Amino acid sequence: MKNYLKATTFLIAAALAAPLAAQQAGGRLDIVVQPEPPGLVLGLVQNGPTQLVAGDIYESLLRYDTDLKPMPGLAKSWEISDDGLTYTFKLQEGVKWHDGEAFSADDVVFSADVFLRETHARLRASLAHVESITAPDPLTVVFQLKQPFGPFINAFETGTMPIMPKHIYEGTDFANNPANAKPIGTGPFKFDEWVKGSHIHLVKNEDYYVDGLPYLDEVYYRVIPDAAARAVAFETGEVSVLPGGSVENWDIPRLAKMDGVCVTEKGWEFFAPHAWMWLNNREGPTSNQKFRQAVMYAMDREFMKDVVWNGFGKVATGPVSSRTNYYSDDVTMYNHDPEKAKALLAEMGYDGEPVRILPLPYGETWQRWAEAVRQNLSEVGINVEIDSTDVAGWNEKTSQWDYDMAFTYLYQYGDPALGVSRNYTADRIKKGSPWNNVEGYENPELDKKWAAAAVMVTPEERAAAYAEIQKEIVDDVPVAWMQELTFPTIYRCDVKDLVTTGIGVNDGPRNTWIEK
Amino acid sequence: MWKRFRSNIGAMIGVALLATVIVIALIAPLLYPGGPWQMVQRPFLAPFSVDGLPLGTDTLGRNVAAQLAYGARVSLLVGLVSTLVALLIGVPLGALAGFYGGYVDEGAMRFTEFFQTIPNFALAIVLVAIFEPTLASITLAIAIVSWPPVARLVRAEVMSVRTREFVDAARLAGLSKPRILIQQVLPNTVSPIIVMASLMVATAILLESSLSFLGLGDPNAMSWGYMIGAARTVIRTSWWLSFFPGIAIVITVLALNLIGEGLNDAFNPHLSRKGKA
Repeated sequence: MKNYLKATTFLIAAALAAPLAAQQAGGRLDIVVQPEPPGLVLGLVQNGPTQLVAGDIYESLLRYDTDLKPMPGLAKSWEISDDGLTYTFKLQEGVKWHDGEAFSADDVVFSADVFLRETHARLRASLAHVESITAPDPLTVVFQLKQPFGPFINAFETGTMPIMPKHIYEGTDFANNPANAKPIGTGPFKFDEWVKGSHIHLVKNEDYYVDGLPYLDEVYYRVIPDAAARAVAFETGEVSVLPGGSVENWDIPRLAKMDGVCVTEKGWEFFAPHAWMWLNNREGPTSNQKFRQAVMYAMDREFMKDVVWNGFGKVATGPVSSRTNYYSDDVTMYNHDPEKAKALLAEMGYDGEPVRILPLPYGETWQRWAEAVRQNLSEVGINVEIDSTDVAGWNEKTSQWDYDMAFTYLYQYGDPALGVSRNYTADRIKKGSPWNNVEGYENPELDKKWAAAAVMVTPEERAAAYAEIQKEIVDDVPVAWMQELTFPTIYRCDVKDLVTTGIGVNDGPRNTWIEK
Repeated sequence: MWKRFRSNIGAMIGVALLATVIVIALIAPLLYPGGPWQMVQRPFLAPFSVDGLPLGTDTLGRNVAAQLAYGARVSLLVGLVSTLVALLIGVPLGALAGFYGGYVDEGAMRFTEFFQTIPNFALAIVLVAIFEPTLASITLAIAIVSWPPVARLVRAEVMSVRTREFVDAARLAGLSKPRILIQQVLPNTVSPIIVMASLMVATAILLESSLSFLGLGDPNAMSWGYMIGAARTVIRTSWWLSFFPGIAIVITVLALNLIGEGLNDAFNPHLSRKGKA
């Protein structure tokens, strides 16, 4: 058996190493987009559906593989000085905007220093570490940092730093520029038309700077509001790609079993969506550390993963996703142990005070998940009720801190300093916002460690610092970590090279081709 | 009267069915002490595929039979209580309007029409959405949308009864108006109200199921509508999840309708649709 496995591994390795079958050019790809994006100018809007579509139109300096290693994008090479303070990018030659204007280093400086500083809150936080952005020549951009900031290398992803055309936006009101109706980027596909409620049509960029790319002639993003109708559209061949989250989890195995259908969990590494329940640290039973630990032991999270999520994803061990850099598994493991949960509850003297669970209003899966948690908690004697909710109500209750336990999930963007620490440091507590440190966790000691770890120079130092933080915070249970989510992409197997990077379908069609 | 009712086969079938449902609802905690939410087996087990789970399991591996039994409690409770509340609003209002006439009648009927012009179900959805879905708010919402027909029925009955000779006699005997209304007139309107109430319970059960189906049910109460709503997304792969609660609703509503018709025939022998006993 072992030999057989070895042989198979060898064969697979050989197959991967061999030159791929010749890619075939031409054809059209139909992809579901759900829900319809509010806009396509990636510098202005960065929600999920916008990133999915606009990731073909706009580009950034780098791309990231599924291990989050940087790859060339608009920059063909880059260099980080030994002190971690100077990032120098050499740009691709012969790049043109979709309207024919030449792209240059000035566009990059304008985008990062002017446009995105104004419009992109998440990037602005990273840019706070930047002293200056300059273009010594038309093909070189230099980012000079005030202090070392390791995660900065992850800031050059399309949705994080989309490069916007300076010749169109300079000196205008960005949000109300009439050019927003027809987005202009440098990407492999050009915007053609958007029929609201029906589809967005992109066509091949003939002048793309990589020879031979893209292979496809056109891409249609189809808007289909009902989950069951999306599944049917895929079955009938009307669409060939269902990006993650397009259909209910229960439908995935059925679709995956169909002939000529492929499923991949890859393509979410950069985002690493991490799901947890905020436990209100301010008041009620959830303000007691023992109660929070009891909640962790009471839950059978493996069961929830297998049943509620149909086995997709991985039980979370702590605040950092195993797909994110600097993950450490040297932490207390909260396995399903009702006896231990009961003991902890007895120790704290839990008096049966009811706690409310607020599910995420994103459909059946989340409702069932809350029901499973309620059942597990009631089995160890915790009194639980589920609050009913809609999107507005969820926003209101979480941002006003009117909850005991509330489901949520957030992206991690490859680095704890970008997507993890924001959920646990005291400076990110802000009433009125349903993001970041909503649980109200305050730990000044850890705050200092988070801040220090972000600006350490070498990856080794950072790894050690984050390992220590993870060990400490997992014992505190500021939130109940549930699961590393994966949203499987379902596609027809004749669609090749669809998911090749850490952001999956968002920049998929660049390399995609259809086997005839 | 009871004899007439008893000889009506349809009505007796209705009584038998309803009694079965009521018994199941009452003994649900004895049959399934773990409650309707307990995850007992693998999810999506088909009926009769595993011993002890004759109706299979749902999306989380919960026992569908237990859910049905507990769902009966919620459905019956909501049906009965909301009908009672609707009667409490509708009967006095209709009685006052019919008995006193004039401005009282005008005012009460305009108020009633105000409710009648809004589609029942739409109003119920709005009310539940505003109050947040709990068993109490759902029951109240159903009561609020279902009292207007009661008011109109009682008004019409009272108007016809109050001109009878025995009412004149009571007036001559010096009884006060409220006393005449309560002691003489209302008792004579009871039979149509009972018939209507039995049908209203059925409508209320349907309304509650429709609300739960749309996700506006109480998330902490297992009801038949909730079961169907939760099974909607898997209807193509797991038919039993929506089929059994659907059957339960049909049986209960049918039983109540049969009983209502039986009562109607029993109270109004002249209008009886079936042949005489």
